[in-house]
Amino acid sequence: MRTPPLGLFLFALLAGAAIGVGAYTFIYARGSSYLTDNPAACANCHIMTSYYDGWLKGSHKNAAVCNDCHTPDGIVSKYASKASNGFWHSFGFTTGRFHEPLQIKSHNQKITNAACKKCHETIVESLNFHSPSSPVSCIQCHASVGHL
Amino acid sequence: MNKTDDRRRTTNIALWIVISAVVTFGLVALLVNIMERKQEARNPFYRVVEITDSTDDPTIWGKNFPLQYDQYRRTVDQVRTRFGGSEAMPRTPDDADPRSVVSQSRLEEDPRLKTMWAGYAFAVDFREERGHAYMLEDQTYTERQRVTQQPGTCIHCHASVYVAYKQLGEGDIRAGFEKLNQMPYQQARQHVKHPVSCIDCHDPETMQLRVTRPAFIEGIQKVKAAQGIESYDVNQMATRQEMRSFVCGQCHVEYYFQGQEKRLVYPWTDGLQADQILGYYEKTGFQDWTHRETGAPVLKAQHPEFEMWNQGIHGRSGVACADCHMPYQRVGALKISDHHVRSPLLNVNNACQTCHRWTEKELLDRAETIQQKTFDMRGIAMDALIELISDIREANQKGIDADRIKEARSFQLKAQFLLDFIEAENSMGFHAPQEAMRVLGLSIDYSRKGQVVLSRSRKSQVSLSR
Repeated sequence: MRTPPLGLFLFALLAGAAIGVGAYTFIYARGSSYLTDNPAACANCHIMTSYYDGWLKGSHKNAAVCNDCHTPDGIVSKYASKASNGFWHSFGFTTGRFHEPLQIKSHNQKITNAACKKCHETIVESLNFHSPSSPVSCIQCHASVGHL
Repeated sequence: MNKTDDRRRTTNIALWIVISAVVTFGLVALLVNIMERKQEARNPFYRVVEITDSTDDPTIWGKNFPLQYDQYRRTVDQVRTRFGGSEAMPRTPDDADPRSVVSQSRLEEDPRLKTMWAGYAFAVDFREERGHAYMLEDQTYTERQRVTQQPGTCIHCHASVYVAYKQLGEGDIRAGFEKLNQMPYQQARQHVKHPVSCIDCHDPETMQLRVTRPAFIEGIQKVKAAQGIESYDVNQMATRQEMRSFVCGQCHVEYYFQGQEKRLVYPWTDGLQADQILGYYEKTGFQDWTHRETGAPVLKAQHPEFEMWNQGIHGRSGVACADCHMPYQRVGALKISDHHVRSPLLNVNNACQTCHRWTEKELLDRAETIQQKTFDMRGIAMDALIELISDIREANQKGIDADRIKEARSFQLKAQFLLDFIEAENSMGFHAPQEAMRVLGLSIDYSRKGQVVLSRSRKSQVSLSR
């Protein structure tokens, strides 16, 4: 085998190190768990612990997991939403720049509100009969159904 | 291969090396950050000193619980809210009182209080309450101590008294309580060192909340007995959420000193409402002092926060004192109660917005609207009382018949106690807005009835219904 030039060798070494460290970080941070629907994955970050605990004790535990209410329908939209939130949540948690108590972003709030209808549509469909353009918000009043 | 190509190749490789180095750098930084966060989540507790049931010094507890201790120490802050809180006022220390900072005088803010309390020590010195850190110091040096001999009973709520009770009672806090009550204040003061401290609310073994004040243990027993619960033991039977109010209710209550022994009693036999407490005092014939301007036997109400909270919507909904005054706070991965006990109006984000999803301004406005209305009504009730006092004073000078004066004085007692109940309560009506208005309404009614008794001609005199 011909010895590669020193520069290329150094580059290969560094790139390999980057890939190795990256892979280790991914495993250490349980990166693959985020691809699943397991609610415990959301509490990998301790900031979610109290929400996870609240859900464990709540009524919706038997009917829905985090992803049922916090991600939209459809495999593409679901993973797009997970990717976007995953990035921004990690960014916020790593840098420490986020509002406390946590506040949901309006985009995510819309997803969650729409999620109620996945199961409860037949009960609530007549609610918006009078003003279909500005639908009633379920979670304005039922803020604590999923977790406190 | 020419020279230019060679140089370009070297530059290219150097660039890629820099890029992969930066990526590796970033990945390692992220890895370490994730590790730190995981470390936080481990919930560490380091027991560096031993805490026993005789450790009343909060600095020792603070070694094991530095986060809570740090917050606890912040009760030295003096911050005003619109209707409460305290403001640091400079003061020239003297031999009798070494304090160089005090809070604003309530007597100067509203001189009508001096008339209401004429002949009582409160008419001499009454300042806005400061934070927990000052409770012992402010009580030791208030001018009230110099115009009257206070009993050791007062220490029950102005110092960390649990260990002192235990030592004096040889293990029995109730026996120690009886002993300390009967000492003169200055002597009792020698037995305590700290303002309210960790051990007053926490079990040193388990850190669980517990009640250590005999007067509350007996008081809450009466309240529960009235609800049909026999021999209630608060430390065995209260829920965790109840305890998060009961430990505060150990002191933030209406009370009186019973008999020659100056035994501390919470007057809750007939219920926790202002007029039920008034009824209890009238039944037992207790009086705090004789009003100097009218000769009426009168009562002083004292900070009945626990009683008023019990009448309000937050109390009714199971929201504990600690939920608003010591709201949960995230420190690292820990969720701890904020031990910087203070007005929720100074901490709206954590105290209110956890449940009420409106802006900070909106919530402050709501609270202050309630307080402003209570404050206005309190002013009306105060004017009515001052007019009754003035009428009785005049009647005393004119020498009208003794029965009518006696009846007017009894109305003064009622009106004054009910007004003072709202005045002394530290929330300006917020703990129970409608109840505060009801009590002030009753007070105004009694003041005016007292005036009517005096102004009626003898012929048409009919005893007014009480």
